[in-house]
Amino acid sequence: MNGRTAHGAPAAAGTGRIHSWDLSTGVDGPGTRFVLFVSGCPLRCLYCANPDTWHLRDGRPATVDEVMAEIGKYRAFVTAAGGGVTVTGGEPLLQPGFTGAVLRRCKEAELHTALDTSGFLGARACDALLADTDLVLLDIKSFDVATYRKLTGGELTPTLNFATRLNRLGKRMWIRYVLVPGWTDDPEAVDGLARFLAGLDSVERVDVLPFHKLGAAKYDALGIPFPLRDNPVPDHELIERVRKQFRRHGLAAH
Amino acid sequence: MTATTVTADSRTTEAWRGFAGTAWRERIDVRDFVQANYTPYEGDASFLAGPTDRTRAVWEKVGALFPEERRKGIHDVDAATPSTITSHAPGYIDRDRELIVGLQTDAPLKRAIMPNGGLRMVKNGLRAYGYEPDPFVTKVFGTYRKTHNDGVFDAYTPEMRAARRVGIITGLPDAYGRGRIIGDYRRVALYGTDRLIAAKRAERALLDARPSTEHVIRDREELAEQIRALGELTRMAASYGCDVSRPAATAREAIQWLYLGFLAAVKEQNGAAMSLGRTSTFLDVYLQRDLQEGVLDETRAQELVDEFVIKLRIVRFLRTPEYDALFSGDPTWVTESIGGIGLDGRPLVTRTSFRFLQTLYNLGPAPEPNLTVLWSPQLPAGFKEFCAQVSIDTSAVQYESDDLMRPRTGDDTAIACCVSAMAVGRQMQFFGARVNLAKALLYAVNGGRDEMTGDRITPEMPPLTGEYLDYEELSAAYDRVLDWLAETYVNALNVIHYMHDKYAYERLEMALHDHPVHRFMACGIAGLSVAVDSLSAVKYARVKVVRDATGLAVDYETQGQYPAYGNNDDRADAIAAGLVESFMAKVRKHPAYRDAEHTQSVLTITSNVVYGKHTGNTPDGRRAGAPFAPGANPMNGRDRHGVAASALSVAKLPYEHARDGISLTTTITPEGLGHVPLDRAGNLVGILDAYMAAGGFHMNVNVLNRSVLEDAMEHPEKYPDLTIRVSGYAVNFVRLTREQQLDVISRTFHGSL
Repeated sequence: MNGRTAHGAPAAAGTGRIHSWDLSTGVDGPGTRFVLFVSGCPLRCLYCANPDTWHLRDGRPATVDEVMAEIGKYRAFVTAAGGGVTVTGGEPLLQPGFTGAVLRRCKEAELHTALDTSGFLGARACDALLADTDLVLLDIKSFDVATYRKLTGGELTPTLNFATRLNRLGKRMWIRYVLVPGWTDDPEAVDGLARFLAGLDSVERVDVLPFHKLGAAKYDALGIPFPLRDNPVPDHELIERVRKQFRRHGLAAH
Repeated sequence: MTATTVTADSRTTEAWRGFAGTAWRERIDVRDFVQANYTPYEGDASFLAGPTDRTRAVWEKVGALFPEERRKGIHDVDAATPSTITSHAPGYIDRDRELIVGLQTDAPLKRAIMPNGGLRMVKNGLRAYGYEPDPFVTKVFGTYRKTHNDGVFDAYTPEMRAARRVGIITGLPDAYGRGRIIGDYRRVALYGTDRLIAAKRAERALLDARPSTEHVIRDREELAEQIRALGELTRMAASYGCDVSRPAATAREAIQWLYLGFLAAVKEQNGAAMSLGRTSTFLDVYLQRDLQEGVLDETRAQELVDEFVIKLRIVRFLRTPEYDALFSGDPTWVTESIGGIGLDGRPLVTRTSFRFLQTLYNLGPAPEPNLTVLWSPQLPAGFKEFCAQVSIDTSAVQYESDDLMRPRTGDDTAIACCVSAMAVGRQMQFFGARVNLAKALLYAVNGGRDEMTGDRITPEMPPLTGEYLDYEELSAAYDRVLDWLAETYVNALNVIHYMHDKYAYERLEMALHDHPVHRFMACGIAGLSVAVDSLSAVKYARVKVVRDATGLAVDYETQGQYPAYGNNDDRADAIAAGLVESFMAKVRKHPAYRDAEHTQSVLTITSNVVYGKHTGNTPDGRRAGAPFAPGANPMNGRDRHGVAASALSVAKLPYEHARDGISLTTTITPEGLGHVPLDRAGNLVGILDAYMAAGGFHMNVNVLNRSVLEDAMEHPEKYPDLTIRVSGYAVNFVRLTREQQLDVISRTFHGSL
């Protein structure tokens, strides 16, 4: 119950704004998982594939009980399938009370939990929330301060601080690195990130995710420009080069 | 199971050296033999061997004939010789190299004619490929010898004909062999035909003591035919230099004897599905003994299995192009059931279970034999992982729930065709194709008039006349139509199977069953998801009826949202489960021929495309002519929450009321199984475990990219081996019609962004 207090008022913790839910396999943590997309994000990544999750106000109000009822339908399935629940977004830490309450209830239901976050709002994640999180999927958008700002509209430091804190807590981490030609393929920046991550014992793997444009249709539907519409996607060679850079630092990169 | 005197002659003693157990020696009981002698294997796939030069040479030699066969439709046919077990001289692919011998005719891929099912099918099949029907055959089967097809149409009622014509009941085996009967071909290897004939004589002797009623006379005649067929098998085998009158004494002989038994069946019957049974663990006993005796090594063991599978891959029947279009190519459904768990809890997985799957690497992917894994979460981890990897690499494997079948049909169950479970050698089925539930719903609106033609098909029923459809009113009308449909359907099936027994009896296959045999009347339903979503639309949204000048409802306008089947939403899924259960109850009300036990399947094979073509606009928003979803699948694109949610909806359909199987076909992109390739097999294992634990019955697993399929449509020559699972079986993608290819591509791909 300390967690509840730390997350904020119980009323706030009881209701959140969500975009949707889905089931996925092997991309949002281990096994087949119930993936809850919450609404609202403080960053505006140029390559974002889910611009429909940016605004908190666009989300559908849902209580923790409602979300747990939906998750309950899949509890046996995701458990048998070696998975669990992943809270993603949007940025789940924009609604720390709600996210924390969902994670708490999942742990009470003995489900494996994962939190997918940019770490930009890592400071809002209290220790109790993290205690209810088995795995953090930490999205590090760039290791170059200026690029990070241009790419996301936010600052890099909070994410690095959060990573350090997670490491201190011994929290398991999978790093996600979206590879965008011309933006995040700079060898020096990649090396810098790899060096940083190599120093964190609880980083288990680094997933290099090739930039794609499958979200373009969503921009069209929302009537907003997709800034990277004409940016190339990475070829196989580039993807392998970047993975090798991480591997050279002893990281398990895929 | 008939007790016969044990004649422990020296040939039998030699053949059975080292085997344990007693019951199987005293009576025909292959299951008991397997249980007493097999060696479960709990390891991984690392022991497996690749193809030998000999295997490659044989496979390449016959493979060289495939391009021409694909181009012409058939490679060759013997139009003058109605096929029997002994009708053709021995044939070979490469006589000096082949380890396992035997072909349906005297040359590979040369097809035979089987006019007992119907002469017209034979004539149409020949003419379609540029061959003239033989005058003598035409005379014999047109004048002196009645066919199954003739018999059926003598006894059909006008109502049955009408239901068949409009396509509310379709795919009926009234013009071709019904199939779906699995002879226990293992018996030939274990016992030899002398012993099998003796056992059949003993069964016959019991009947001789009974009064000559119609049933007893028929049984006596059938047993006489069975005994005759076993004699023919013995002679056919002898023409290949094999003495199958005695039991097989080595692994090579066991595979050869078993194959010759199967070969006799496919020489005699052009059944829609000619399934093999559950042979791998049986054969493993022989392979294991030879390995222990030091006469085989792993390479040679695999070589024997590879050669056996080559033979199974080239089973061919003469069919018409329309038939091939309906079933997407040239399927024979040589289904082999692999794995499962025994009643004693030991997995029935052996090294030979792996060896069968390994043929998909050694010979390349192919649709036949239809490799079917009887899945249980209790299977050994190494086997599960290998199955999943084979699926990911070849998309050529299907999975069925051993946990659902074992309590009902036992641990010697095999699948006939796609999803039909039967205890091998003890149960058979009368294949009954399927009825179109979506069309039946439109009949409910139109009072039994066909929505495409306006013709009255059912007896007089009141049409619904409201501007909007009312759920209660529609449900009541649907119930009346389904009552009529079930009655017409079961009665039509009774006619068909009476005539099939009379004019095209499966002598050899039934000789490899016990007498008396348990029979199933295997009904089926198609269009489930269309019917369910339509009912859900009426219940949860508003559906306005558009009628033509004659008052016939021809279109529907759906206003608002409704929960669709395939999203693990009980509102829609309960309609689906209820419909399956209620139609089964209606079917059961009508007595089945030979006291068969009624079952039904939710399976369309690939006829979902043709059913759709013959069905008008439906209240779920589907347009007239658009394909149905296959089998029990949710409608394309309406399952919006991924493969797990979709599968969980299907898992709610009650197997108890669909004992002939519930088919789900999934297509997952490689990335949809995990970002990291090494994780994918484990993730697929997880999905299968979870689906089966939730009560799911069947899952076809395709692991494919849409772009590959699109490329294959444009450049078929680049993808001769591209195999995909379409319903309860697999096909060569490049042999599908363009319409079917588009249907496959339009199906929901479960991937991730």
